[in-house]
Amino acid sequence: MGIERHLGQSFMATSISQVVGWARKYSLWPLPFATACCSIEFMSTMTSDFDIARFGAERPSFSPRQADLMLVLGTITYKMAPVMWKAYQTMAEPKWVICVGACASTGGMFDTYAVLQGIDRVIPVDMYVPGCPPRPEMILDALVKLQQKISKESINDPKYRDRVEYLNNALAPLSEPVANVKG
Amino acid sequence: MTNLKSRFANSFYHIEENRGMVVVQARKEHFLSLMKSLRDDPAFGFDVLMNLTGVDFLGKKETRFEMVYILLSSKTLSRIRVKVALAEDEHALSVIAIWKGANWPEREVYDLMGIYFDGHPLMERLIMPEGYIGHPLRKDFPIQGLGEDYLVESILRPVKNQAAPANQEEPTGNR
Repeated sequence: MGIERHLGQSFMATSISQVVGWARKYSLWPLPFATACCSIEFMSTMTSDFDIARFGAERPSFSPRQADLMLVLGTITYKMAPVMWKAYQTMAEPKWVICVGACASTGGMFDTYAVLQGIDRVIPVDMYVPGCPPRPEMILDALVKLQQKISKESINDPKYRDRVEYLNNALAPLSEPVANVKG
Repeated sequence: MTNLKSRFANSFYHIEENRGMVVVQARKEHFLSLMKSLRDDPAFGFDVLMNLTGVDFLGKKETRFEMVYILLSSKTLSRIRVKVALAEDEHALSVIAIWKGANWPEREVYDLMGIYFDGHPLMERLIMPEGYIGHPLRKDFPIQGLGEDYLVESILRPVKNQAAPANQEEPTGNR
């Protein structure tokens, strides 16, 4: 993102981080990567009864390009894992992942030949929500805790500072190394 | 049932009535002509292939596999079950020329049981990912799998302070 490069070294970096963190946390547009039952709980979280809109996350986007937050809802099989990885890589920085439910966190009750035992084997996860399925209030709780985490992020965070190094090391190895990524 | 017995005397081992359905334990030799007659002959008229599955009798029977076909006659609403015993590496015969709907069920049986169908236009895996090794629904296949990391090897995240995923040898489980 441009702001880290332009204003990251200025003397107001902490104040800018606070403003940027405030803006980012209250406008998290989710990408509901909905595979199974947990997605139904997310559907009710979006309704007026539980209302995710009051946290700013009211615009779900099924296009990764327009989303900040990937919510992995449901069982991820070995066949689906590359698809989910690709959707994560397609998202633009800054991006976060909430892993909803037992199946996405650890494979859940499906300790079988077809299920990926936890999506954190493939993508970095910021929040885990236990449950099978979790109540909508639990999903909202995860969102609130993620917002607190985001507000404390500095714009000089290493994952924003050197994207090439971050993409090559912290994330999964890509098929070819990222050469020259301009923020 | 007596009709069947008289007409196809050399195509089956025995016929019985089981739970209200006629069950034919068919021989493999005249299997396709038997199925074709069951569909085309007006006396039988079983024009709908309701289901076809494979059964694994590991250790319980001499011939390991059995193909089970359930046919339905849409006119009389009667059903018939046709069973064919297959040894472990024996190929089955595809009924796709008789009922087109057998296409994907036969691929599913190949994928999960390992029974190959001769005469099928596209004998490939249907459910498991490409490049999967093994046939999961066989009785000697563990439910946890044989270690499926090779399927996602290129996208596994490197775990800090440990060897890269490509070098790890995990004989059982996929943890």
